[in-house]
Amino acid sequence: MRIRAIVIRILQQFFRDKRTLALMLLAPLLILTMLWLVFNGKDYKPSIAAIDLPSSFIAKLNENDVKLKTLPYKDAMVELKEGKLDAVISHSNRELQIKLEGSDPTVNKETINKIQETMKELSPEKTQAKLSISYLYGSKDMSSFDNFGPVLLGFFAFFFVFLIAGVAFLRERTRGTLERLMASPLKRWEIVIGYVIGFGVFTTFQSAIIASYAIYVLDMLMNGSFIYVLIITLLLSLTALTLGTLLSSFANNELQMMQFIPLVVVPQIFFSGLFNLETISPWVRWIGPLTPLYYAADALRDVMIRGKGWSGIATDICMLIGFSLLFMLLNVVALKKHRRI
Amino acid sequence: MEGIVAVQNVSKHFGDHVVLNDLSLTMGRPEIFGLLGPSGSGKTTLVKMIAGIDAPSSGTVSVFGEGMPNLKLMGQIGYMAQADALYEELTAKENLEFFASLYGLNQAKRQKRIVEVMEMVSLKSDLKKMVKDYSGGMKRRLSLAIALLHEPKLLILDEPTVGIDPVLRKAIWDKFESLRDNGTAILVTTHVMDEAERCDRLGLIRDGEMIATGEPGQLKRETNSSTIEEAFLFYGGAGHAN
Ligand SMILES: Nc1ncnc2c1ncn2[C@@H]1O[C@H](COP(=O)(O)OP(=O)(O)OP(=O)(O)O)[C@@H](O)[C@H]1O
Ligand SMILES: [Mg+2]
Repeated sequence: MRIRAIVIRILQQFFRDKRTLALMLLAPLLILTMLWLVFNGKDYKPSIAAIDLPSSFIAKLNENDVKLKTLPYKDAMVELKEGKLDAVISHSNRELQIKLEGSDPTVNKETINKIQETMKELSPEKTQAKLSISYLYGSKDMSSFDNFGPVLLGFFAFFFVFLIAGVAFLRERTRGTLERLMASPLKRWEIVIGYVIGFGVFTTFQSAIIASYAIYVLDMLMNGSFIYVLIITLLLSLTALTLGTLLSSFANNELQMMQFIPLVVVPQIFFSGLFNLETISPWVRWIGPLTPLYYAADALRDVMIRGKGWSGIATDICMLIGFSLLFMLLNVVALKKHRRI
Repeated sequence: MEGIVAVQNVSKHFGDHVVLNDLSLTMGRPEIFGLLGPSGSGKTTLVKMIAGIDAPSSGTVSVFGEGMPNLKLMGQIGYMAQADALYEELTAKENLEFFASLYGLNQAKRQKRIVEVMEMVSLKSDLKKMVKDYSGGMKRRLSLAIALLHEPKLLILDEPTVGIDPVLRKAIWDKFESLRDNGTAILVTTHVMDEAERCDRLGLIRDGEMIATGEPGQLKRETNSSTIEEAFLFYGGAGHAN
């Protein structure tokens, strides 16, 4: 009953603070949309140089919304190097050769799509010309929105919950209500569980909104089960919540709570797989496995990109639960400072 | 009967700053015990220990015969801190309901008590108001109402009437007296002399030491003073009670 009282109170406070509520729900959607527009702009018109191609092909390509140039092969290659062109198409022995500039995965995809579309429209399956793609810079395996999207989902879940739970608990302390709670028969673990459930209700809601928006509205690559995505983000939020409340006891005001963002939150991105872990200096590589986002990002990618099921993510899930339990325990211990029992 | 409050030879220091020095205090029967002393003399530190949210560096604190902190006893104590500890973004009613549930009051009892205590502090018509829209004195009264909610056997009130007008203050003290007559022990800290006069017994604290305890009349007689303030000066030498 005492835990229920805390849960109810936290939810009441949430609905009073409309701005924070909006921040937690809308800010991730806004940022995701912006990133999606930046990295997945559907309106991009690739600039393509066509060398000695049949006029029927050129005409079709033009219809498919590309900036088409015809110029000699040599000049085309120079322009490609300078970044004025995205691709050069030529052909030899019934094989279509595409040379991509290659540094931007989004552009690569868009260009190849356009060319393939054109080819399909021109000829039936069987007689289709062979396609050979080569890259001036980069390769076809470079990451894109689809690739780092799952990491972003995890990051937002972590960031906002960490901050808001941390500040909520900090206020409880600085405004004297924590001391007042300690003067009541409330047990220390009841406070911690009350916070976990109160924020848990809310973060379930938040995770569901962010994930469905990313997957169903922004069309983020999704090969696995939605429920796994929810479970992973929820568990990650719990680590954020418990870590936030724990660290809040080392902050004296809201500003000091913000100072944990560059120290605790941002570095986790570096080890979450957004950057290739193999290439990270061994001096700092060991940090990765100590951060919750590392496991959550791995699990989210396994589900969303590789379409894996429970067996693929079980270890990551266990690690996240482990983190939450550890942080909860430390929270209960940290409260000892306020009351011995 | 072990007595209601027994503080024995308690000392408290923060680092090497001694705040309480070998202080003892007992409340044997339901009475209004007033702690009087200048700012910084250690009143809040002492009452926090009795409420169980601070621990002495040495010495013992017990309430109803058992050492503090003790979760069972905490449910029988009503504590009102010097600084209002309220959830500003909630209404007064929501605050009261929250604390009532912490003390285990059931739904029916909760509603009944909320009305009773808010009547006691003349805030019944402001139940639905957000606490952040309350005035300073209204917040003080709400804090008092919360401390009274669960009908505690021991009330610990740290400067309960700061910012409350004289008429209401008098009414609140009348209420304290009727609570005492019904068996509630009240430990109250104060700076206000006319409040000190209304206490059954007084403890005069200076620099963390209990320099005198006794009934107000007795303290005045012993020191040949006409006011508590004079008596305080007599015991404490230098220093003043404000
Ligand atoms: N957490 C703390 N750390 C260090 N010193 C403290 C702490 N709490 C209280 N003190 C010191 O203890 C002394 C007594 O403080 P306390 O709050 O008990 O005084 P008080 O009698 O209640 O004063 P007032 O009438 O102004 O409320 C003060 O000098 C204060 O600075
Ligand atoms: Mg004080």
